Amino acid sequence: MRALLRIAVVLALLSGAFVLSAQDPESSAPAPAPTEYRSLDALRRGAPLEVEPPAPPMARVENRDLRRQRGWPEQPPTIPHAIDGYQVTTHANRCMVCHSRAGAEQFQAPMVSVTHFMDRDGQVLAQVSPRRYFCNQCHVVQTDAPALVGNEFLDVDAVISRQRER
Amino acid sequence: MAGRLRQRVRSLWATLRSPSVHFSLGFLTLGGFIAGIIFWGGFNTALEATNTERFCVSCHEMYDNVFEELKPTIHYTNRSGVRATCPDCHVPHDWTDKIARKMQASKEVWGKIFGTISTRERFLDQRLRLAQHEWARLKANDSLECRNCHNYDYMDFTRQSPRAGAIHERWLGSGERTCIDCHKGIAHGLPDMAGVPQG
Ligand code: HEC
Ligand code: HEC
Ligand code: HEC
Repeated sequence: MRALLRIAVVLALLSGAFVLSAQDPESSAPAPAPTEYRSLDALRRGAPLEVEPPAPPMARVENRDLRRQRGWPEQPPTIPHAIDGYQVTTHANRCMVCHSRAGAEQFQAPMVSVTHFMDRDGQVLAQVSPRRYFCNQCHVVQTDAPALVGNEFLDVDAVISRQRER
Repeated sequence: MAGRLRQRVRSLWATLRSPSVHFSLGFLTLGGFIAGIIFWGGFNTALEATNTERFCVSCHEMYDNVFEELKPTIHYTNRSGVRATCPDCHVPHDWTDKIARKMQASKEVWGKIFGTISTRERFLDQRLRLAQHEWARLKANDSLECRNCHNYDYMDFTRQSPRAGAIHERWLGSGERTCIDCHKGIAHGLPDMAGVPQG
């Protein structure tokens, strides 16, 4: 019994020492000067941590049905309309009501390209390949939200004509 | 046995046929009239009480499944604050059709008692069947419940998105299609749509 007690006391002392040594050695050092905090973070939008920034107006989804230019040939086209309430679940895919082979004529919508029927070996299937089922993995709506960062993208035509000029 | 029954019926018939001894004709006519109003009113009041969203979602089967799914849709909250409630879409307005629908609904009470859709899984198993009843009903009445609020004649195509306007003009204007042909799942999650025409 006494031996046990002695071990316990030693253990308690050891752990106390550990806790002391784990404390921040510079805890008494002065705090760094505040710097302006900027980021792409949509929640804080560059406001300092102690300030609650006012909410920006909510962006509206463009619903004009005008197709947009693609940045490069393989780019998945962006959706030129709102898709509120369109169900894409294991049960139903409302995009394919109009964009399927069978629906394209009735709704005058562009049919999904043949790549959507291919499996990963390039074999063309009878229906849209399961790996293409979730449309929003590649296709997205566009809003009128201002761009958060600038961008210097040049499409391939611009790059070629620049090269010619040189 | 049969003889006695026949005798009883005959004496009842005789009582009904004999003129009233104690009450005047005026009293009987007026009393009958007033009683009629009260019963009729009570009947219709009870009918109306079952014709509210609150009544519909008082069953957890409706509250947990279809009501939850209705909430994020445009018929629950929107820009203008005009709402569609369950009976707006599911119960006909004119009286005979309403009674017919209510009589059908008595069958749904059996479903409630026997727990046909008492869990989410059971509900999902039955969903296609239930949805098909609604689609068939709306197809047969040319989407009357939708049209109680949405009238093709007053649709301003310049105010609709271009594709909506063009499609409505082509298929709705010509009468070849009706709302429910294209707008399935407008208010709730869809059942397995494999093989169900949607356009
Ligand atoms: C009680 C009236 C009412 C009934 C019944 C009704 N709706 Fe609506 N519907 C509305 C209102 C109100 C809106 C939203 C208007 C707004 O503020 O944009 C709306 C919006 C819609 C929209 C636009 C969806 C969107 O995302 O812009 C569609 C499509 C629609 N209804 C179809 C239907 C169909 C199909 C039916 C029949 C099953 C139906 N409605 C029944 C009142 C009704
Ligand atoms: C041939 C198919 C078809 C039929 C029939 C049809 N609609 Fe539509 N409707 C569409 C499509 C496609 C859209 C645009 C995409 C979307 O929001 O689903 C649309 C959009 C709408 C909108 C929103 C308008 C907008 O600018 O976004 C309303 C409201 C609407 N439909 C109501 C109805 C009503 C009510 C009926 C029946 C009287 C009806 N539709 C019949 C295909 C149809
Ligand atoms: C805007 C019209 C509309 C409103 C409002 C509406 N429903 Fe529906 N409901 C439908 C349509 C259309 C169907 C047919 C299935 C489909 O297309 O989703 C349906 C189907 C159903 C079904 C069959 C199962 C299923 O999901 O297909 C039930 C049960 C139901 N509704 C209950 C309700 C209840 C309860 C409410 C009120 C909380 C309600 N509905 C409000 C239009 C509506």
